[in-house]
Amino acid sequence: MSAFLSLRNVGKDYHLARRSPFRPRPVLRAVDAVSLDVHQGETLGLVGESGCGKSSLARLIMQLETPSRGAITLDDVDLAGLGKADLKAARRNFQMVFQDPYASLNPRMRARAIIAEALRNYRTGTTADIAARVDELARQVGLGAHLLDRFPHELSGGQCQRVGIARAIALNPRLIVADEAVSALDVSIQAQILNLIIRLQAEMRLTLIFVSHDMSVIAHVADRVAVMYLGRIVELGATETLFASPGHPYTRTLLGAVPTPSPARRGRRSAPAGEMPSPLNPPSGCHFRTRCAHATSLCAQQVPTLRPVMGRSIACHHAETLPAPQTYPEVDHA
Amino acid sequence: MTSNPVLSVDMLSLEFRTSGQCVHALDKVSFSLARGETLSLVGESGCGKSVTAMAIMGLLPKNSARVTSGSIRLDGTNLIGLSERQMQTIRGNRIGMVFQDPMTSLNPVHTIGMQIAEAVRRHKHVSKKDAWARARQMLERVRIPDAANRLLAYPHELSGGQRQRVMIAIALACDPELLIADEPTTALDVTVQAQILELIGELKTELGMSVLLITHDLGVVAASADRMMVMYAGRIVEEGPVERVFARPSHGYTAGLLRSLPGHGAQRRGLLAEIGGTVPRLDKLVEGCVYAPRCAFAAGPCTAALPPPRQIEAGHRSACIRHEAVFGAMADNDIVRSWA
Repeated sequence: MSAFLSLRNVGKDYHLARRSPFRPRPVLRAVDAVSLDVHQGETLGLVGESGCGKSSLARLIMQLETPSRGAITLDDVDLAGLGKADLKAARRNFQMVFQDPYASLNPRMRARAIIAEALRNYRTGTTADIAARVDELARQVGLGAHLLDRFPHELSGGQCQRVGIARAIALNPRLIVADEAVSALDVSIQAQILNLIIRLQAEMRLTLIFVSHDMSVIAHVADRVAVMYLGRIVELGATETLFASPGHPYTRTLLGAVPTPSPARRGRRSAPAGEMPSPLNPPSGCHFRTRCAHATSLCAQQVPTLRPVMGRSIACHHAETLPAPQTYPEVDHA
Repeated sequence: MTSNPVLSVDMLSLEFRTSGQCVHALDKVSFSLARGETLSLVGESGCGKSVTAMAIMGLLPKNSARVTSGSIRLDGTNLIGLSERQMQTIRGNRIGMVFQDPMTSLNPVHTIGMQIAEAVRRHKHVSKKDAWARARQMLERVRIPDAANRLLAYPHELSGGQRQRVMIAIALACDPELLIADEPTTALDVTVQAQILELIGELKTELGMSVLLITHDLGVVAASADRMMVMYAGRIVEEGPVERVFARPSHGYTAGLLRSLPGHGAQRRGLLAEIGGTVPRLDKLVEGCVYAPRCAFAAGPCTAALPPPRQIEAGHRSACIRHEAVFGAMADNDIVRSWA
């Protein structure tokens, strides 16, 4: 089966402002040689801490940024090779849901107009058709019809996120990229929105890329998980496998740090040593080696590539010889 | 535990008045915090947890916030009614505080050494040199490497985790009896969060202070608190030792929070238990239980009269008349089972 969305060696560099006239502009490598296949109808979870490049990768997939290297193909069409008109036509197939429900909605437009904008932009029908479609979308996302005439500031965070989701699915896309879509919400509202996303995905047979820093949210929604550290994917595998026995030392660190309401975590010291190095000046070889207890000189010399180990892919030179991971049964209930 | 509490809040009610509107932010809030104890206040946005902290610190705007009843006692002294000048001798001295956002809480134009020394000089009669030495000692205490040089760093030169360490250093510079930490790790990544929670726990033991930890994250509560209080719409709805509240949740709202957490109990990709509806408006006082309209367990009497807090077991109280039904329904929840 050929992949629906395919990333080959995708990289993104940001050239920062010159600090001195005698030195080259510093380069921030936000995404570094990411290769990834996403299949039709699956949910890929993208996790990592701030600055790991997960949002940059999401924006690259959405063609909101141009990759510095590599190719992104959707349904065997290279997105970078498309002209302006073709890209606009292609965009119907991939839409995004953003993190901040207030900031991502135009404060001067009513909910109805926000949802209708995409439909009008693609001239999907007459004014009456569009109005009917907006009503249908509002029903689909559980937004009361009386809320459609409100401005974003008159809606709660959860309601704003429903507007954002209605806008994203208005054109019947095939791929949705949700960047921290539930991170700004309280847990009870978060549950409502997660349920909505899962239901819509099943109904519309959507492919979903779910970006989040929250492991328990990812464990709940994703079929497969990609863990990122300083611009690279360090581990990629089925959710059950990855949460039950994290392979890469960073994945273990990350899962070990998640506070879960479990007695096993009580009073246990699981804080990792050190801080994430600056992405402007990452360590040579394996980026995680400076904080890794298992690092050797090989790790400093050679960049580990993502390779199949123990039923998933791990980018670690010592993946086979690492001691067995601690298990985190309280995270994995699948 | 309550024999000699550091802090005791008794029947505290507080309202905000603005142009004709009146919001009842806190309604008969009572709790006490023992010496050396970590008490966690949990709830969702707008439930009154930060208002409680601000009321203790005396930081609420005087022209709109009004305490309508109750008392806040620090070592027996009622803080309500103290003048601003008197509060200034307590704030930052006997009560330290750490807020959510370490970037906006620090002054960007002063070095961190100066900001720690300033806190010391404000409350203790020491020379500048001694204050500087104390600042260095505090930076070492919050495990910032190369403390002597880092004193001269500005906030923007530090990472988020280090800034929060500096905030803790300032809060603890005067050896307070009580540390109020309002969502201290919410803006931080999980690995940094784990480091900061660990630091607060270690310093609490080292310095023998009490901690009021305000958070929305039940995981943080489980990892670091001794006792917890669940707050909803300005009222404390359940209170008890952390192990007991998780093992025997006895309020409809606590149960709702536990059930809506992803990654626990609910089958992967299965539906999470939502809490229907939204948080009530606080401009009218409700007769019965404030949570009843959203509660899966609500029955007739819930809306009739305010349920008084009842003792579930030693030290564990809940303001829920349906607590038996709640626990019955929660007994097979994964989180509850893991604590049983």
